Amino acid sequence: MSRITAEPTPVPAAPAAGVVPPGDDGRSAPGARAAMRRLHRTEHRWAAAFVAAPVLGFLVFTLYPLGYALYASLTRWNGLTAPQFIGLDNYTALLGDEYFLKTLWNTAFYMIGIPIGLVLALLLAIALNRKIPGQTAFRTIYYVPVISSLAAIAIVWQFAYNGDFGLVNQVLAWFGIDGPDWLQNTATVKPAIIIMAVWKGLGYSMLLYLAAIQSVPRSLYEAASLDGANGYHRFRWITLPMVRPVTFFLVVTNVIAGSQIFTEINIMTPTGGPEFSSASIVYYIVRKAFKYQQMGYATAMAVVLGLIVFVVTLIQFRLNRRNSFSID
Amino acid sequence: MSRTTPRGAAAQNRLVNTVLLVVLALGAVVMIAPLLWMATTALKTKGEVFALPPVWIPESPQWDTFVRMWTEAPILSGFRNSIVVAGTVTVVGSVTSSLAAFALAKMRLPFKNAIFLGLLAGLMIPFPTLMIPQFVMFSKIGWVDTLLPLIVPLLFGNIVMIFFLRQYLSSVPDSMVEAAKIDGASYLQIFRRMIFPLIRPAIAAQFILWFMTIWNDYLAPILYLNTESKQTLQVVIANLNVEYATQRDYPLIMAASFVALLPILVVFLIFQRQIIESVALTGAKG
Repeated sequence: MSRITAEPTPVPAAPAAGVVPPGDDGRSAPGARAAMRRLHRTEHRWAAAFVAAPVLGFLVFTLYPLGYALYASLTRWNGLTAPQFIGLDNYTALLGDEYFLKTLWNTAFYMIGIPIGLVLALLLAIALNRKIPGQTAFRTIYYVPVISSLAAIAIVWQFAYNGDFGLVNQVLAWFGIDGPDWLQNTATVKPAIIIMAVWKGLGYSMLLYLAAIQSVPRSLYEAASLDGANGYHRFRWITLPMVRPVTFFLVVTNVIAGSQIFTEINIMTPTGGPEFSSASIVYYIVRKAFKYQQMGYATAMAVVLGLIVFVVTLIQFRLNRRNSFSID
Repeated sequence: MSRTTPRGAAAQNRLVNTVLLVVLALGAVVMIAPLLWMATTALKTKGEVFALPPVWIPESPQWDTFVRMWTEAPILSGFRNSIVVAGTVTVVGSVTSSLAAFALAKMRLPFKNAIFLGLLAGLMIPFPTLMIPQFVMFSKIGWVDTLLPLIVPLLFGNIVMIFFLRQYLSSVPDSMVEAAKIDGASYLQIFRRMIFPLIRPAIAAQFILWFMTIWNDYLAPILYLNTESKQTLQVVIANLNVEYATQRDYPLIMAASFVALLPILVVFLIFQRQIIESVALTGAKG
């Protein structure tokens, strides 16, 4: 970005008419002040025109649907006829809906993959940060699943998890392990999806960690070494604190994305898995809204999901602030 | 407290690097194995797919699968629809986003920061919360089973892109813009001649990332697109997966899936330096 600031500022040859010379903006001639106001008004109008599109888009495609969702969650509604107001009935029904509670639990369970993925990603980043031959090639290979279409990836993994002909069990067979039919088994379907999700997201976290580690000044490590710090100390007291903002960013974005997990569930387990044991919240919302036309009820779930995301974000920002105080 | 000699340290270092190299290589194999398996399965015969012991490398590669899928499945229309959606959205959306970023970074506007914060707050609302009212909205105006609901909302700009372009513009001195104003340039001219060339690298990076996201999108397309010929590529392959699995035609499913992720893979391999840099930046700024 230095490229930008390095460019010399063009200096106008003479001050143009209507521009107040610096220093006496409060006491300029009335004509100059009016001209200034006019110029500002023109600028406001152009600026407003430039931001109009995103603001309009926000109002029409975010704020209005949000308001409508809040209202619709209080109604019985099939999306075709007018919604019927029923108060909080949808929400009380949710509390007794064992499928909803199950999808809530499944969705929370998938989050186990987040710490696993972050630890692996950090270890990989530390390894790649050493001058290892083929560093760039490794970075590229680990990143390929990140850019790959999730639908295509889910299709491949669904087949890879096939009990008889899948890649996973064929490889396990080399080691004499007789793998289960991963996606047909209540005990293995969630771990199977977690493994896939970790595999898919690893390269992204690794890349962000690598960038963070490479921005740590070498002198910090050298000074620590002179003071007798060993490898573990340097990791614990330099690397880990320095990559904290990245960890925080990844936890927040992963929790927000994880709470909306849908594509892999819908493709790999089209019926929500054995005994609904892989169905996520969004899977259940889509099913209720677009298969059973229970739009009011589905919207209530969607509002709960929105609230969960909101609260999790708030908690994490608060925790982050407190932690960084205790470190400073 | 053993003090290693420099030579000992170097040897130890080499050993650690070798061990790490092996671990990283094993990891790399795990990372690409499913993708390689997808490609080899596409080239197998149906019999080889279900052969026991497994066939790893097909005896005579069935390149024909990559030919017949274009006629047996709506892959071509899937490509066309995905290109129309991703292309329109990213081209128009990048223009609206960069104009807005310019205004938010460099122009005078009452409540400018409140507007920006409001837009950012919108990012906190997950799409599933909004999708049902949005769906009903679009169905009322007859847009279900068209590409419009996937395109129109995104033409209004991408808040993430606005955020990064605004950030990028903060390193441009205000005096440059002021000087251009004094020279009598209109705001559109300032944008076209000065701002746009300056932020072009940032736009390009965000453009590619956005294109990838939309190309790979799945949830919104499956809600709106029912007719086969109107579906985007991701929906097409997901439906193939259901349809052809019953016929056990896994080579076709794998071939189509491979082709569906190929364009993005190629774009990534060509622009990987820029993509990786801008992604790394995302984390730093987040």
